[in-house]
Amino acid sequence: MGGHSDASLPVRTGFLGWLNKRLPVDSFVKNQLTDYYAPKNFNIWYFFGSLALFVLVMQLVSGIFLTMHYKVGEATAFDSVEYIMREVPYGWLLRYLHSTGASAFFIVVYLHMFRAMLYGSYKAPRELLWLFGMVIYLALMAEAFMGYVLPWGNMSFWGAQVIVNLFGTIPVIGPGLVEWIRGDYGIADATLNRFFSLHVVAVPLILLLMVMLHLVALHETGSNNPDGIEINDNKGKDGKPLDGIPFHPYYTVKDIFGVGVFLTAFCFVVFFMPTFGGIFLEKPNFEMANAMSTPEHIAPVWYFTPFYAILRAVPDQQLGALAMALSIVCLVVLPWLDRSPVRSTRYRGWIWKLALALFVVSFVALGYLGLEPPSPLYTLLARIFAVIYFSFFVFMPFYTKVDPVKPLPARVSYDHG
Amino acid sequence: MVYDAAVFRHEPISMSDPSGAALHGSPPSTEAVDNSRRGFLVQATAAAGALGAAFAAVPFIASWSPSERARAMGAPVELDVSKIEPGQMVTLTWRKQAIYVVHRTPEMVSSLPGHDGQLKDPASKASEQPAYATNAKRTVRDEFLVVIGNCTHLGCLPKARFEQAQPELGADWPGGFFCPCHGSRFDLAGRVFQGSPASVNLRIPPYSFSSDSQLVIGKDDTAQGAA
Amino acid sequence: MVDSQIHTGGSRRPSSAALLAAAALAFAWLGTSAVVAAEAEPAAAAEHGEAEHVDWQAWKAGNQIGDKASLQRGAANFANYCASCHSIKYLRYERMAKDLQISEELLRKNLLPAGAKPTDYMMARVAAADGEAWFGRAPPDLSLITRSKGSDYVYQFLKGFYVDDSRPTHSNNLALPGAAMPAVLSDLEGVKTVVFSAEGESGHGGGKQVERFEQVAPGALTAAQYDSFVRDTVNYLDYAGEPSQIERGDLGIWVLLFLLVFTGLTWMLKKEYWRDVH
Repeated sequence: MGGHSDASLPVRTGFLGWLNKRLPVDSFVKNQLTDYYAPKNFNIWYFFGSLALFVLVMQLVSGIFLTMHYKVGEATAFDSVEYIMREVPYGWLLRYLHSTGASAFFIVVYLHMFRAMLYGSYKAPRELLWLFGMVIYLALMAEAFMGYVLPWGNMSFWGAQVIVNLFGTIPVIGPGLVEWIRGDYGIADATLNRFFSLHVVAVPLILLLMVMLHLVALHETGSNNPDGIEINDNKGKDGKPLDGIPFHPYYTVKDIFGVGVFLTAFCFVVFFMPTFGGIFLEKPNFEMANAMSTPEHIAPVWYFTPFYAILRAVPDQQLGALAMALSIVCLVVLPWLDRSPVRSTRYRGWIWKLALALFVVSFVALGYLGLEPPSPLYTLLARIFAVIYFSFFVFMPFYTKVDPVKPLPARVSYDHG
Repeated sequence: MVYDAAVFRHEPISMSDPSGAALHGSPPSTEAVDNSRRGFLVQATAAAGALGAAFAAVPFIASWSPSERARAMGAPVELDVSKIEPGQMVTLTWRKQAIYVVHRTPEMVSSLPGHDGQLKDPASKASEQPAYATNAKRTVRDEFLVVIGNCTHLGCLPKARFEQAQPELGADWPGGFFCPCHGSRFDLAGRVFQGSPASVNLRIPPYSFSSDSQLVIGKDDTAQGAA
Repeated sequence: MVDSQIHTGGSRRPSSAALLAAAALAFAWLGTSAVVAAEAEPAAAAEHGEAEHVDWQAWKAGNQIGDKASLQRGAANFANYCASCHSIKYLRYERMAKDLQISEELLRKNLLPAGAKPTDYMMARVAAADGEAWFGRAPPDLSLITRSKGSDYVYQFLKGFYVDDSRPTHSNNLALPGAAMPAVLSDLEGVKTVVFSAEGESGHGGGKQVERFEQVAPGALTAAQYDSFVRDTVNYLDYAGEPSQIERGDLGIWVLLFLLVFTGLTWMLKKEYWRDVH
């Protein structure tokens, strides 16, 4: 980064001078924070990126401390969770922080992803940024799924049973693959042990690496904004974007405020409704895993239910699993499906707005249907919404091309408020 | 933080001038930044944040303390001392530490003052024991010595060497404990001899007798504790 | 007699609902979603205006984790009527006594089984194998029963026993048809039979609809007393399911107050800096 000779860096003496000769602290802060220009017109949707990072750190810290008390193993896991809840000083708080944090992570990440769709943040030149984000999302799903198995409750067990069996639908290698994943003839001690290892070591490492790449890619292209135009197209005489402001202090103080609001809502749940009415922590998971007794109604945790509803909507085992996989893959290829000349929904036409609205409705509806027990009406609804969900992606190359877009403004719109 | 407060006190920047000519030139009279207010808010938020972080750290730090289970398992343990023959020692564990209970013979007890001159802390002034065991015999009842076995040097378990004049301990050895790790020597009241690496006497746990024969380790002797 | 029992249950609810409404201000002590449901249900049932059947599936336990006296009575109820067969294997006597403000003397005198230490976990006096031999299945541990099934279910279960001579126990249960557990509380509650709706229309849980109860033999307690007995016991089991919930609510208030102040400060800070941005 060539910081040492930069005249704009503060002159340091003493320890900080010594340090900056050996580590580019000042130049890093300058390049990434005080001299990194972000569009000034970020709205509420732009809180969720920094919040996702905050939740990740929170999950790492609470997870590390839970690992100090949790005992992996089919004979000890369930008891050790109750030990944490009852006998470890503040163990209940560590556990609720972590379990509520898992749901909070997905809320934040889904809103973050929706922001990208709303303002076309995945479009060129930010496709790689989106791809890194999708890898984070996939890793997060794996992390959440395996973490959910660790308390070894009955939902943990049967959730693992169902999800792992999905791999059995892969032609030819399926059955062997399932046995290999489980390491036994059923979900067992071996499965729990490897999931523990992946949950506490391997996947977090991948997550951290991908988050770093996500941020590097973001700072290379610069942030998109609600108007979907490039602030670097309008630079002042000093070479700074006219519609940009230094990330620090302006967005640091703003994001800290966002963390405050988030923590208030988050702690309300942690302290006053940690099970969230059986949605964040489900009732059957307070019974120990039992291979001889499936809970009456089995559904994944809420953040997987849109995809689970798609799985159930298809009346064929293999095609259902395929549809579920495709529903996630669709998101990955989004940058290449969207052919609109503009990024932001603000300047797109009615077709896109309708399509996006239908997509959101179908995603939420599928999420709800996935939580409910199947019934003929619900299955029909799930099929309708699944068709809408896929239509959003399949027809995107066509409708985004014919969508009547509005002219883009020269400068970002910002209400001084 | 590696950047100082000067970074926070940014010059006001105007972003609205399309020409960019007046980037640093907002009207000074109305838009002047109140640096004192800004500084105060930075400090107040930083202080509140630090306070919040400190409070948030409490549960994490506290979670390392002994759990309720550990505390329950650290509850007092009882021992029937009437089954210990005179001159014999019984070991048990209390709170993950070895407890030595020695039934001292009258000869053993009467020999104790004889070697005060060879001890580092004969009156147990620098050593750790409950008030009711801070006496010449370091006991509640003369015939029973109750000590935490772990050596006050580095925690090994000294061996019982109750016979006098043992070959490797010398002709004047009055009987006591010998630590195999680093050679610390203690007498039959757990007092450390000069020349040992340990500098204080063996520690004495809180204990009491609930009846003539029942020793309770971990529960203070309330009858004598006041003294 | 029969109706009075049901109505007693019903008439209790508005008063407890009023209490709950007051307590809702300090929602700290209450599982908020349960409270909302408990308040909403009776009103909805009244509007329905259906007096012909007993909607037992709508019975609410109405737990009040802040009511120490109720929890203490519940602890005594459990020790006297449940503890010989059912364990609470994750809870220690000592911890329970501390949380419920029961002195060690009272604990030893009234609640501690012979031979048990205060630091012991609450194990059943009957061995699981014996229980299995006597009842067909081992009496379950009740540490987490209110968390896995819900307090309302346990309340409905304890009030749902009725005479059924087709069963080896001569009793059956509305909440758990075919229950292996005999009606051990009938000494207190009395013995009752159920008259099911003739048309065979099903209640909203899918089972047979209950038209009314008929009291066959009186118990030692009045209907209202038995209702209190069950509520206290369920309240205690709810505590046993999550002993930390008392501490959780108390701490949560302070955490939220702090966060509100902190967030307010960060908002002012943000406003102050963003005055630069035009």
